[in-house]
Amino acid sequence: MNIKKTSLHNLHQQHNAKFVEFAGYEMPIQYKEGIVEEHKFTRNHCGIFDVSHMGQLYIYGNDQLLEDLEKIFPIDLKNLKLNHSKYSFLMNADAGIHDDLIVTKIEGGVIIILNAACKNSDFEILQKTLDGKYKMVLDDEKSLIAIQGPQSSKILEELIPGVNDLSFMSGNWFEFQGSKTFITRSGYTGEDGFEISLENSKIEQLTNNLIEKGAKLIGLGARDTLRLEAGLCLYGHELDINKTPIEANLKWAISKKRIEEKNFLGSEKILTQINEGVQNIRVGIKPEGRIIAREKTKIFNEEDNLVGEVTSGTFGPSVNGPVAMGYVNKDFSKKDTKIFLEVRGKKYPANICGLPFYKKSYVKGVN
Amino acid sequence: MSEVKYSKEHEWIKLDGDVATIGITQHATEMLGDIVFVELPEIGSSVEKDGNAGVVESTKAASDVYTPVSGEVVENNQAIVDDPGKVNLDPENEAWFFKLKIKDKAELDSLMNKDEYDKFAKESGS
Repeated sequence: MNIKKTSLHNLHQQHNAKFVEFAGYEMPIQYKEGIVEEHKFTRNHCGIFDVSHMGQLYIYGNDQLLEDLEKIFPIDLKNLKLNHSKYSFLMNADAGIHDDLIVTKIEGGVIIILNAACKNSDFEILQKTLDGKYKMVLDDEKSLIAIQGPQSSKILEELIPGVNDLSFMSGNWFEFQGSKTFITRSGYTGEDGFEISLENSKIEQLTNNLIEKGAKLIGLGARDTLRLEAGLCLYGHELDINKTPIEANLKWAISKKRIEEKNFLGSEKILTQINEGVQNIRVGIKPEGRIIAREKTKIFNEEDNLVGEVTSGTFGPSVNGPVAMGYVNKDFSKKDTKIFLEVRGKKYPANICGLPFYKKSYVKGVN
Repeated sequence: MSEVKYSKEHEWIKLDGDVATIGITQHATEMLGDIVFVELPEIGSSVEKDGNAGVVESTKAASDVYTPVSGEVVENNQAIVDDPGKVNLDPENEAWFFKLKIKDKAELDSLMNKDEYDKFAKESGS
């Protein structure tokens, strides 16, 4: 299989990117300054992330489309305001997660942002579930970049006036050099920022303009440390087909009204788990020392019984220490519960902690 | 003091009498990226040539540190445990890893000199 490249590949090379293969794409893991500097730059200034490998799925339709999508996604789409977004999941009938995604309601349909590794199978699942009734386009003629950090709104406003008026988790159409661009105020780092969808032929120009205004390209390495500090899940790690949103501690993303209606894919399992509880649940984990507990690290209780496993773990540059997330037995999931992490044959103390590790600074207008 | 020698696992070793100072090379730190955790062998422990003698972790991954010669650990550099970032700044001087009272000087013979190592590092890529 040929490895795919995004429209910013040349620009990444010019900025001395180190590349890795990710979901069939050659993507920058870091640039010259390295993950720690890139991470801190995003927290303090403005980082640009090429996320063009992610799926941008347009589904066109009217009220009937929203009705049908509500049978799939556990969100209140009918009452969602135009151009507003919701975090959600594509699940199977057992509430196992095929993918986590962002749905935005637009004039004439929805845009759904999908994980790169899942986008093609998501497309097939959705097409099948919707009986092929609606026009669906997985748009690869548009690139997607995220700009994140406290300077993002100031920098982007200079290039595309009006973006500053967007509230968190909403978007709108703007214009850049004669091309229509859909911009949402969102992101996945715990910082204020935007995701910008723009045609492939214009994306390098926009990215260069952002760089001229002081933003810097940031690789997937820092994207991972940033999202982990923000306590956000990564598909394939915290989320997969064997886990449900309730086990993943993401009940907040499921509409209460929709749970009462009990008419979406997986709703029965979700309701049962809400009423009866779950065996294992996602938690934040803070090692006591500097030891880093990476994915698959086994978690033990004080009696030396296996009670869970780490799903992501790294060094958090803003926290200035190790951070991890994982699944533990519910009896050991309370904040401040002492646990032990087995790293290279030795057990190291850690504590269950609240998320996020790093306090977010999203803008007003959270809904 | 003898010349600095290098291993294929990207460690450097400098002999002073029968005590050798060991660390990781500049090239190794460039491959690893930002170092955020260091674990060193305990003072008094014995390590065997090419055996495990500590761990370095970057934001990306954990890597074992190997000792290029056998011996007894007589000192370890606590400064890099407390501030692992020092390893990126000065890996071949201040940020040494540990000192060994070596068992057999002949073990150094199979190691590379600077020119050989530079060539090796270049060929093994980044």
